[in-house]
Amino acid sequence: MSMILRGLSTMAALVALTLPASADIDIQEITSPEGISAWLVEDHTIPFVALDIRFQGGTSVDPEGKRGAVYFMTGLLEEGAGDLDAQAFAERRESLAAQISFSAYRDSVAISAQFLSQNRDEATGLLRDALNAPRFDDAAIERVRTQILSIIEGHQQDPDELASQAFNAQAYGDHPYATPAEGTLDSITAMTRDDLVAAHRAALARDRVFIGAAGDITAQELGELIDILVGDLPSEGAPLPGLADYALEGGITVVDYPTPQSVTVFGHEGITRTDDDFFPAFVLNQILGGSGFQSRLMNEVRVNRGLTYGIYSYISLADWQPMMIGQFSSSNNLVAEAIEVTRDIWRDVAENGVSEEELEAAKLYMTGAYPLRFEGNGTIAGILAGMQQDGMPTEYINTRNARVDAVTMEDIQRVAARLLQPDGLRFVVVGQPEGLTSSD
Amino acid sequence: MRLAIFCLTLSLSLPHMALAAGEVTEFTLDNGLEAVVIEDHRSPVVVHMLWYRAGAADEPAGSSGIAHFLEHLLFKATDTLDSGEFSATVEANGGSDNAFTSWDYTGYFQRVAADRLGLMMEMEADRMRNLRITEDDIVTERSVILEERAQRTDSNPSALFSEELRAALYMNHPYGVPIVGWRHEMEQLSREDALAFYRRFYAPNNAILIVAGDVSPDEVRALAEEHYGGLEPTPDLMPRMRPQEPPHLADRRIYFEDQRVARPYVSRAYLAPERDSGAQQEAAALTLLAQILGGSGVTAVLSRTLQIEDETSLFAGAYYTSTSYDDSSFSVVNLPVPGRSLEEAEADLDRVIATFLETGIDTEQLERIKFQFSASDIYQQDSVQDLAREYGVALTSGLTVADVQAWPEVIAATTPEDIMAMAQRIFTQTPSVTGYISPPQTSDSLEEASQ
Repeated sequence: MSMILRGLSTMAALVALTLPASADIDIQEITSPEGISAWLVEDHTIPFVALDIRFQGGTSVDPEGKRGAVYFMTGLLEEGAGDLDAQAFAERRESLAAQISFSAYRDSVAISAQFLSQNRDEATGLLRDALNAPRFDDAAIERVRTQILSIIEGHQQDPDELASQAFNAQAYGDHPYATPAEGTLDSITAMTRDDLVAAHRAALARDRVFIGAAGDITAQELGELIDILVGDLPSEGAPLPGLADYALEGGITVVDYPTPQSVTVFGHEGITRTDDDFFPAFVLNQILGGSGFQSRLMNEVRVNRGLTYGIYSYISLADWQPMMIGQFSSSNNLVAEAIEVTRDIWRDVAENGVSEEELEAAKLYMTGAYPLRFEGNGTIAGILAGMQQDGMPTEYINTRNARVDAVTMEDIQRVAARLLQPDGLRFVVVGQPEGLTSSD
Repeated sequence: MRLAIFCLTLSLSLPHMALAAGEVTEFTLDNGLEAVVIEDHRSPVVVHMLWYRAGAADEPAGSSGIAHFLEHLLFKATDTLDSGEFSATVEANGGSDNAFTSWDYTGYFQRVAADRLGLMMEMEADRMRNLRITEDDIVTERSVILEERAQRTDSNPSALFSEELRAALYMNHPYGVPIVGWRHEMEQLSREDALAFYRRFYAPNNAILIVAGDVSPDEVRALAEEHYGGLEPTPDLMPRMRPQEPPHLADRRIYFEDQRVARPYVSRAYLAPERDSGAQQEAAALTLLAQILGGSGVTAVLSRTLQIEDETSLFAGAYYTSTSYDDSSFSVVNLPVPGRSLEEAEADLDRVIATFLETGIDTEQLERIKFQFSASDIYQQDSVQDLAREYGVALTSGLTVADVQAWPEVIAATTPEDIMAMAQRIFTQTPSVTGYISPPQTSDSLEEASQ
């Protein structure tokens, strides 16, 4: 490891001055005739436009006792709308070669769409119908219900899902985050058409919509397009759920499951984006368990010891409870060692911080990689919608690298001591780990 | 914001026109290294890829997984770089890097700012010839690939089932051996195995350089000459000769039981022709056949009939891989609704296919599918990395740049008669492997009874 870092510091001297300071990207903040705002990166190179539309709240606005309603509703948006039943809707989408996907996440319902310039008006009309006039036909409801029940049953046999579910159940008390977004066999079986209509009314509203667009469209055309798409939706949706009560305590939970390799999800409380310590924490995580092959965790658990194919940690910025979470899989006879090493690294960094070489390497990577993100209409539209949902101004793009560069060794040391809690880590292990039992 | 010129030259007379997908230039260095440049000047980013015409199907018998193991080992030391320094340098430059192995190729790539291309080439050229692997590297990295197999295959009954099905389909060709390797052989892979594979296949005259992004072909050529040009070719490079399949004379069946299976399904696979250079018509017909039978959502023949009309299926689909060095496969799958047996699900598949062979193709559906193919040429330009990958797969599978560029026209020119002829050949003249995947029948019922 020290050899790698020696190589790195030479490299750092070579490249530090020449990396682009920020992304070369021109964001237009527009307001539609009906007063709905959106961000646009206009680029007429390729004759299509990418749209990313997010309704904040997502599956977390499910009413009490109706878990899975928003997930179920979202699955039905492409199963018939306006004059078109499911079959006709799908044929229409194909004949326009429009790409539309609907996803339900814990903090948003997200629609990602790509329309050819040559038939953009027709494609817009089709998506308008899906968002505003979904049919919720009985046949479609029953078909999707059967699919969701099958998904829930599948999750009960999927070690990755079992690990996340067990972790969430312990972490989030009685908040919606604590239970699976797709609902339970009972809640989905009992879901009525009225519940789905109500979920649609609750989740898709103008007071919570964020729109990003990139590609072959002008600001004026985009304003007209978004009024058509979302201008007639209700002005207000359901109340948002509020903060989760953090309920996790340090320790180990073993969920017995017959599989040769144990899946481990671990974590503890995190930090919000608005916290003064956010940027040091962001850089700290890159060094501890961030992307690529250079992190402490990847280096020690995979490269030096061969205990896993991959291990990472991340700062989860979920709207209602920030967390610091990690994951890896290790064979049942190796997982106890992998957990021990992970906790040791956590403790070492909490107590001793990181080296100057590590901090320098992380900054170089993060500041160099950032401008490279903005490639392609689809990717850019997603970034634009995500930034708005997270309350970030457009200037963030120009200041972000400077804020990463401003992080000092003292910042890292302070934030590591504050954020990293080796004894507060909860490890949820799904498998048949050797030499490991639940601690409580 | 910079605008590229090449894309503006596309005039859109869809659906019958094949679109150029980015400006593509090719050249070959004196040492035999082939190069393809795909321009996209929208962002100051470049993807640098080096592909070798060597994959899991080129491995010596008994050392399955060595192509993939070597791919991992290429991130270790060389004469001039320390172990791990390759990726550390890429990341210090804000880039990301990785590698992938398939049956027909091994590829390495970095995505970096365009002005870092030379550095990437310098390091990639270095590890083509100057790798230094230690016994310690072997021991720890072998553990990593065993963990990779455990994560991707052994923990996933569907992946195990696919492995079994493939092993049954290919009776003689190494396509029947998993890329990651059989566990008992992976455990024995040695430094000598890795170096033998490396010395045999890692050579400029067995590699393809693909550079996509904000670069000019002249620039790439100059950099390639500088960094790759000095590498000596391997003079005695042997042609790729894999054991070929004998005629398949018998239908075969497999029954895979695993208590972790939540949703039983039936899958059937047939040996099928792949795209050949200058002869892509059969593969085009099969590509369209897979879309007609089992393509997107609820409009394909299998899903419309079984999911929507009969409501006997949760999912039904068809798959075909068009790009492959040797014989490919065509398959159909049916995941029945709870309570419906796999025997019934198989009969459902048979019935829908038999009806299709009688009634033929809905020409409106075919037009929609063809229009989507031409539209995908537009959407695809949004990611030059995907385009680069498409060229890499094609060129390591025996195709040429001209074949890749002709493919949309070949698809567009395919007639319903062409497609039905291939459907008849696959479904009535080709022996198949049919597989059932389910939980163990007896223990499952016992478990339910005891709960």
